[in-house]
Amino acid sequence: MIARKFFRKTFSILGALITLCYLFQKTALAAEPSSASNVTAINTIWTLIAAFLVFFMQAGFAMVETGLTRAKNTCNILMKNLLDFCLGSLVFWAFGYAVMFGADKMGLVGTSGFFLSAANPSTGDGLWQYAYWLFQVVFAATSATIVSGAMAERTKFSAYLIYTVFISAIIYPVAGHWIWGGGWLSKLGMVDFAGSTVVHSIGGMAALVGAVMVGPRLGKYNSDGSSNIIAGHNMPLAALGVFILWFGWFGFNPGSTTSGVNLSIATIAVTTNLAAAAGAISAMFTIWLLFGKPDTSMTLNGALAGLVAITAPCASVSPLSAVIIGLSAGILVVLSVIFIERTLRIDDPVGAISVHMVNGMFGTLAVGLFAEKSFGGAAGLSHGDGLFFGGGWHLFLVQLTGVISVAVWTAITCVICFTICRATTGLRVSDEEQLKGLDIDEHGMEGYAGFQIFTTE
Amino acid sequence: MKLVTAFIQPYKLPAVKSALQAAKIHKMSVSNSLGCGQQAGYDETYRGVKHKINLLKKVRLEIAVNDEFVKPTIKAIVDGAKSGKIGDGKIFVTELLECIRIRTEETGSIAIG
Repeated sequence: MIARKFFRKTFSILGALITLCYLFQKTALAAEPSSASNVTAINTIWTLIAAFLVFFMQAGFAMVETGLTRAKNTCNILMKNLLDFCLGSLVFWAFGYAVMFGADKMGLVGTSGFFLSAANPSTGDGLWQYAYWLFQVVFAATSATIVSGAMAERTKFSAYLIYTVFISAIIYPVAGHWIWGGGWLSKLGMVDFAGSTVVHSIGGMAALVGAVMVGPRLGKYNSDGSSNIIAGHNMPLAALGVFILWFGWFGFNPGSTTSGVNLSIATIAVTTNLAAAAGAISAMFTIWLLFGKPDTSMTLNGALAGLVAITAPCASVSPLSAVIIGLSAGILVVLSVIFIERTLRIDDPVGAISVHMVNGMFGTLAVGLFAEKSFGGAAGLSHGDGLFFGGGWHLFLVQLTGVISVAVWTAITCVICFTICRATTGLRVSDEEQLKGLDIDEHGMEGYAGFQIFTTE
Repeated sequence: MKLVTAFIQPYKLPAVKSALQAAKIHKMSVSNSLGCGQQAGYDETYRGVKHKINLLKKVRLEIAVNDEFVKPTIKAIVDGAKSGKIGDGKIFVTELLECIRIRTEETGSIAIG
């Protein structure tokens, strides 16, 4: 009897609540959902999910870079990976996004929409702007975070913060405007679907300039020019980082349609995965042939190389072409790491220059070789066929123009940026601090308190 | 035969190693150690709270040498590890009674060299 009374009461309250909700919804949404508003909704959801996946790549970078450097610099590398995203977010909100996607000025820079002022929260299309901004900011932060690995274990923390502001406010948005924001390269017909050039070549070129200007780590090179091994301290973390990056790349590439009703997201996911797998395999066999062992850290780099290389052509090529691009990227990354370390004598602890700059350039050029009209058309791109599919040299030369101009822009601005760092905060820590580890002197704490760690290099 | 035991700053090990190698002393044993002396620790901050680190990280070097090598060994360690600041470390020299190379069962001076 009591139970029945209780149920009746509960049901009547529930019924009243449901009615209220329904009425409230009726008044809140003025218009009935139409197919157009549903398209906006699907696109918003897909773009946000992709943005969340790309955000997680920050964790991937943090783990890869921590694993491939020494235990005594752990806090430092984690702080760099956290802070470039935090500073980058604010700077890109206030300034970078407007430079990248604002009203075009002479094909060079955008000039409107500072502080996200162009977005309007009262309409569906206005709300879409917020989703698009989030998707773009995680890309900007990916580009910025590449540098921390190449400059790891010897760069001043404060200098790194200054660099982060520079790349998020100017270096990345300007080049991004040229290719994605309606600038001169996009008018030429350059295809960089998800950012082999915009994100990875820029980050990789900044890494190259930074690594050259900060100099090699203490003990990396002997007086006769031969190099020493400075092994990373945690391969499980490095491997976890690569898996996280690979996972995040399923947001990076397919998400770059920024449209959930464009079903070529399926082919893009397939080409992305195949290139990564092929990259790891070919890197493994290359290092196996050259040095007699399937090196773990180099194979991990191979997977990333494949992913970077397929980022520009992911929407324009067939799965078979993706495999060929991935295989080439894996070979390229191994040869490049050896060339940069031994011949150029540039100290890059995690292989960021080879993975991101070299393969970013290669991937962008690969569009000019492997592009097929049918695949690109399905994804909404309007390019012709590449060289290998009878389209001639045109697309390749356009891609080459883009690669060179972005490389020159990034190199010049990065030299200026790091020169400013050197003059203000100083770029490199003292030799004594390097030997003690950046954790103690820069941050006053250890990455592994309570562990016995040999800090003797 | 003498046993030279040295406690040095961890980050001085590369310099000490190359000084020893230059003096043709190639055999050594290195281990981590914790200890305190005149340096009296340092302050670390963790989440804004200061805390005193009393036992400091040091590296312990152990080198067994024949008598004529004692002086060059000590000189090499001092050359590599000396910065002139408190905390550079200490060297102890002790008498060594016997030394046996397991592989050949050689003993004494031959086994050391």
